[in-house]
Amino acid sequence: MAVPQTRSMGLPLINLLRLKGAPILQQLHLEERLLRTSYDNWCIINDGTTKRTVVMGVSGKAEELLEIDSVLRDEIPVIRRFTGGTVIVDQGTIFVTFVCNKDAFPDLQSYPQPIMSWSSLIYKKVFQGIGDFSLRENDYVLGNRKFGGNAQSITKTRWVHHTSFLWDYEVSNMGYLKLPKRAPDYRQARDHLDFICRMKDHIPRSNFIERTIDAVGSHFVLRSVDPEASQSPLSSKFEPSSRLLKREELEEAIFNSRSRGACAASASQAS
Amino acid sequence: MWASSTANALKISTAASNSAFVISPAFSLSRCFSSVLEGFKYANSHEWVKHDGPVATIGITDHAQDHLGEVVFVELPEAGKPVTQGGSFGSVESVKATSDVNSPISGEVVEVNTKLSETPGLINTSPYEDGWMIKVKPSNPSELESLMGAKEYTKFCEEEDASH
Repeated sequence: MAVPQTRSMGLPLINLLRLKGAPILQQLHLEERLLRTSYDNWCIINDGTTKRTVVMGVSGKAEELLEIDSVLRDEIPVIRRFTGGTVIVDQGTIFVTFVCNKDAFPDLQSYPQPIMSWSSLIYKKVFQGIGDFSLRENDYVLGNRKFGGNAQSITKTRWVHHTSFLWDYEVSNMGYLKLPKRAPDYRQARDHLDFICRMKDHIPRSNFIERTIDAVGSHFVLRSVDPEASQSPLSSKFEPSSRLLKREELEEAIFNSRSRGACAASASQAS
Repeated sequence: MWASSTANALKISTAASNSAFVISPAFSLSRCFSSVLEGFKYANSHEWVKHDGPVATIGITDHAQDHLGEVVFVELPEAGKPVTQGGSFGSVESVKATSDVNSPISGEVVEVNTKLSETPGLINTSPYEDGWMIKVKPSNPSELESLMGAKEYTKFCEEEDASH
């Protein structure tokens, strides 16, 4: 029986999959399936996504994170994904995802912060000589402005680390997101437009992607694969958990939020 | 422990990180003794199990909660669901990461800690007591023999942290 080759020249092998404009839900389903059913390492780069979409994490509460009335009015899709964090994505978002075996890097502990630190080494190389890049808590920043948000999922033997990079964004999109209750200290209560920045002001789009691939190549041996190679076999029974929220769920979130608000107001009047 | 693992991940060699690496034996012993309880059994994925007659209680260890960070959300199975040794039964969310929690033994879930839905931070503040996650009726109690005892798990944690 042939043993799959997992390392070459002392570096782990990684399958590089380049997508362009793939819908974000399709990307998330792919990531989850590769996490749970593949034994290979993967780097997925999706250059923009076709439709403007809000993505919430596994525990995200729509009524706390989103301006739901506006989201419903403008029919913005809302997805609950298998990792954490909240982001609004569109064609101006570049996605880079790593799906890796724990033993790809035996010296790396598979907990959030070590994986976060490891990933920042790659982007430090990407932005060398280009911008004042650093990792602040869980965000990639240029100066003190966030341009990349991260989230992860960790299993017993593998992990996913995925990043949404703001190459460009529409100012109006930020109006769909509330100021989060939980925010990193360095945000210092800044609203969205004072907190984030556009990568396009620092680096051309194709240049960022090529530099990222080069930087990945310093940690892995790259093997380019066609999208067909990542397709699920017909026999696969895996069911991803990331899903599109129904309109009724968002309407119920508004109703529950208003009910709680009304109860709190009456309790306060009664006392 | 995180500082030393991060320093190693970043391959930094400074005086500061070297001193973080060299933790005095007395400190490491007292740190690990305070975070590992006798009478419990431990999996190499950092879950603990306490077997008490017909029921076994399961949670994640102090080592795990310390490395995960503040737990903000917990997903647990319903009572009646089966669990398999080494298989995932739920997950915790911390710092935008979801992490699987794996069962050290096989059996059937008989009770779930409902307090964790309102107060997931109990896993951080009281990982071995109020932060318990599920209670299981073991289907194969001999599986407990394959798990680590307190001393073995302490050594396992020390070796894991030292190598990262």
